[in-house]
Amino acid sequence: MSDPKTLFDKVWESHVVAENDDGTSLLYIDMHLTHEVTSWPGFESMRNSGRRLRRTDALLAVPDHVIPTINQAEGIKDELARVQFETLLKNCADFDVPLIPLLDERQGIVHIIGPEQGATQPGITLVCGDSHTATHGAFGCLAFGIGSSEVEHVLSTQTLVQKRPKNMRVAIDGELPLGVSGKDMILAIIGAIGTAGGTGHVIEYVGSAIRALSMEGRMTVCNMTIEGGARAGLIAPDETTFAYVKGRPMAPGEADWDAAMDYWRSLPSDPGAAYDKEISLDANMIAPQVTWGTSPEDVAPIDGRVPDPAAASDEKQRDAIQQALDYMDLSANQPIEDIKIDRAFIGSCTNGRIEDVRAAAKVAKGRKLAAGVSAMVVPGSGLVKAQAEAEGLDKILLDAGFEWREPGCSMCIAMNGDILSPGERCASTSNRNFKGRQGRDSRTHLVSPAMAAAAAIEGHFVDVRSLAS
Amino acid sequence: MKNFTTLSGPAAPLNMINVDTDQIIPKQYLSAISRAGLGKGLFHDFRYDMADKEKPDFILNREPYRDAKILLAGDNFGCGSSREHAPWSLDDFGIRCVIAPGFADIFFNNCVKNGVLLIVMDEAKVGELMALADNPQSCQMSIDLDAQSITLADGSSVPFEIESFRKHRLMNGLDDIEITLQKNAEISAFEAKQKAAMPWLYR
Ligand code: SF4
Repeated sequence: MSDPKTLFDKVWESHVVAENDDGTSLLYIDMHLTHEVTSWPGFESMRNSGRRLRRTDALLAVPDHVIPTINQAEGIKDELARVQFETLLKNCADFDVPLIPLLDERQGIVHIIGPEQGATQPGITLVCGDSHTATHGAFGCLAFGIGSSEVEHVLSTQTLVQKRPKNMRVAIDGELPLGVSGKDMILAIIGAIGTAGGTGHVIEYVGSAIRALSMEGRMTVCNMTIEGGARAGLIAPDETTFAYVKGRPMAPGEADWDAAMDYWRSLPSDPGAAYDKEISLDANMIAPQVTWGTSPEDVAPIDGRVPDPAAASDEKQRDAIQQALDYMDLSANQPIEDIKIDRAFIGSCTNGRIEDVRAAAKVAKGRKLAAGVSAMVVPGSGLVKAQAEAEGLDKILLDAGFEWREPGCSMCIAMNGDILSPGERCASTSNRNFKGRQGRDSRTHLVSPAMAAAAAIEGHFVDVRSLAS
Repeated sequence: MKNFTTLSGPAAPLNMINVDTDQIIPKQYLSAISRAGLGKGLFHDFRYDMADKEKPDFILNREPYRDAKILLAGDNFGCGSSREHAPWSLDDFGIRCVIAPGFADIFFNNCVKNGVLLIVMDEAKVGELMALADNPQSCQMSIDLDAQSITLADGSSVPFEIESFRKHRLMNGLDDIEITLQKNAEISAFEAKQKAAMPWLYR
């Protein structure tokens, strides 16, 4: 019998076109998603070199980063952003690339529309010029972010030259407490392994708490794998996955479904398969998480406190904590619950799916935003928006004082005008609390949608489980 | 593609861990459809105040580090966003080598593609180099990729490790796409086989 293999081993090995002498592999790419910010160099270079686009049927483009989330029909006001947006349209037209245009109901954040359209499938290799491509690994496919040069490589050859990463296993068993979500789980994992904990590895998430997650929750977990240093996160496909994929526009149709299922069912890691690194967490112990610093690993449970630099293990850590506290304007040992916020942002490829909007609306129902707090909810796609509106969630949120926007990346990266002012403090469901990420000198605390909504209602962080339903 | 053989000049210490690509080059430089002039935006928020005036204390705003060719950094440098604007801006500024205890994976790949040499070195050694670089008298360093050595201002040298495939690509400035296109027959054969087994992946 052959050696037991991991899910990653299986997907990797079935996509190797050639092994190079130097230890790298030429890996075939089944699906390539693209957007306006990182695709133009590839098209420009193909034009200059006269190279052709190898496959148009394995490529899907959508604008998301720079588009406005109000009055989208009026177009893009910022000149540079408009030119970049129009360049994507022109490149797609010239090279015959399938494009989901602005104002189309299917338009949205690239990592939300891939799964929605059925472009994301178990067992495939999927790339995008964007680090949060890790999201798609929730379907048991090998999905990772690439730079612009690699985008061009895929456009021209449908392959990538890669060094094989190592396997890492993260097991989360037990049951998440009520009110605790996939977002809290992944923040707790990053807190445990650190932002470089997965560097050089692909992480496979296993365990009963992972299996219990919906596809939305799994995508949230895999999405932030990159914040744990790994380019790709994987979750073995199961009935939850198959039910999500079935019937989507780009998914295998009736004629192919059984053959696809046979392949997909062969993917989960074999018993006894070896990993290079393993950690485990008890889901029962995970509380709602809030980041206090400027790196996603700077995280604490809601009933915890901001750390004290004086208690750090070494000088480097002490400096890093002190720098973070200075930037965030927090003091050592301050209870997390005492941190007051100015804004809340609910959206992004981490938490812009229907379940996220539902979680926020559930908290907002019958309540009002705290005085002085403003909050916006940005659905991750037009389909999420339509679904939420069909369920009346927009009304609930609007009644509570939240803004209800049009889909896009929005304040996750603040390229489209949705931006924090210097000094403003935001409870954000996005994925990066880096200095300046949501606006220069702005302060970002990463939380789940329920926790962001609860903070917006109370005016400060609060355990969402303590709000009477 | 640009190749890398040798490099000499001031090395600038940036003693911070987890420097992400948002800090290397912030979002406002991502809207353009050009790589030109990105050096101006390198470490933007560290270099300029709110009125866009240079902050005199920041290392790259001081002599002789304005002409830095080498950057010494803390662990996990280049984490976060996949933006290739990060190596483009380093290169445009003139920095073509970064030495740190560790780098994030996507940034690592992006640098090779742009002829920017990344040297992974243990923390204690990077610390020693930072101490030298901190002093304008001893901040000059010369890198010889072929010999895998860094010559310091006092004439002594420090060896470094690099994977052979990266060294080869950097030294020769190889264009990966041209090399891969020579494997066209193998790629087509892979596609034919995959299409027979999984026709739904071909639309
Ligand atoms: S929502 Fe944020 S993290 Fe996700 S693709 Fe957009 S900018 Fe990137």
